Amino acid sequence: MTTGPTKRDYSLLGRDAQAAVANGLAAAEWYHTEIPRKQMKELMKREDGPAIRDTAVWLGSMLILGALGIYFWGTWFAVPFFLAYGVLYGSASDSRWHECGHGTAFKTMWMNDAVYQIACFMIMRNPVTWRWSHTRHHTDTVIVGRDPEIAVMRPPDLIRLVLNFFGLIDVWYAMIDMLRNAFGVISAAEKTFIPEMERPKAILVARIWLAIYLATIGLSIFLASLLPLMLIGLPRLYGAWHHVLTGLLQHGGLADNVIDHRLNSRTVYMNPVSRFIYWNMNYHVEHHMFPMVPYHALPKLHAMIKHDLPAANPSILSGYREMIPAFLRQLRNEDYFLKRELPPTAKPYREEFHSEPVAAE
Amino acid sequence: MSSNWVEVCAADEIDEEDVIRFDHEGRTFAVYRSPEDEYFATDGLCTHEQIHLADGLVMDDIIECPKHNGRFNYKTGQAKGAPVCVNLRTYPVKVEAGSVFIAIS
Repeated sequence: MTTGPTKRDYSLLGRDAQAAVANGLAAAEWYHTEIPRKQMKELMKREDGPAIRDTAVWLGSMLILGALGIYFWGTWFAVPFFLAYGVLYGSASDSRWHECGHGTAFKTMWMNDAVYQIACFMIMRNPVTWRWSHTRHHTDTVIVGRDPEIAVMRPPDLIRLVLNFFGLIDVWYAMIDMLRNAFGVISAAEKTFIPEMERPKAILVARIWLAIYLATIGLSIFLASLLPLMLIGLPRLYGAWHHVLTGLLQHGGLADNVIDHRLNSRTVYMNPVSRFIYWNMNYHVEHHMFPMVPYHALPKLHAMIKHDLPAANPSILSGYREMIPAFLRQLRNEDYFLKRELPPTAKPYREEFHSEPVAAE
Repeated sequence: MSSNWVEVCAADEIDEEDVIRFDHEGRTFAVYRSPEDEYFATDGLCTHEQIHLADGLVMDDIIECPKHNGRFNYKTGQAKGAPVCVNLRTYPVKVEAGSVFIAIS
């Protein structure tokens, strides 16, 4: 008997959420490559130096580029400065939010917390809500109905993906969420992963942000100029493309409902500029397997465990060359996914819960 | 409630600023050696999602869970903030004749 593709229900309160809990996919024990404790301790070791240097370069560059953008405002010379400023605001903030949320970027916790708050504001992600949603993402990575951070659901909404290169969909929903939270409302889905004691903090942050955006809009009206919004808010739109470009590669086109990050995450070799903006999150299998390892130690971790992982994609282009056709196939068959070959030195995949017949080798 | 002292391991089996897992009669514990060469013990699983803390990182008086980076003070059991909200239970520890013992109630 043949069966059609499985329609997925991504709601955190829906059918697949209940099924994941019932069949053991939720909060499961995931596959890990074995690393001796002494080496693992070395990899996990925290430092302030690399992140202080990178943060100084990041915020210092924004200051200079923003100042040059203001200086040349009204001429075409301002364009390249704002394009670069926008990427640092609307894309580099994504990786800073992420890494500081894990608390691994800096050794000193207040530094993680300070950069986390700044980056959350830029990327328009409520620091409370998203800390908890990302916790769930690590517990139940790409488990349908459990993971609130699945960027590409099946069948893929390609129009949404393209619009998000300019932040349009994400910002629309971020604004709605901010307004809703500012009025004291936590949604039913948010309640599934934010503990009750944390909810007032989410509301307070939303109110502070709303005040900042209203002040910026007010200043723009007062000056009869778009300039204040070009510096605060709009860069989340015109500078979002790089974080979407790199972020889609994290899990796009790969398996869902599995408990082996080698099946649902992708490591991609990238150029140094993208790696700076992305803070080494191109080593994504490694990050998911060992979230305690700071971004600056991920290349070392990769070298240590690559014998147990599918070969990394050699470039962003190579990643898109396998991912886009997979998205197109998923339009016709939601069950289709890419399954990369493991090297002979690797342990076999953990394939429980996996729909073998539709995998593409 | 009565306690009985249970031998865990030789004191030098735990590195300085590190932790080991200790299973006893169906329960699991985490036993720590601080940078000051003192020994401590807590329940072995994170109160957030039941992950073994012995796979985590000890930094000064903090143990960080390996799954979601939740932090506890392993000397007091205090949860240090999201995503951990519930304190860890701690247990008395003593070192005698080169061995570490914990008092399990």
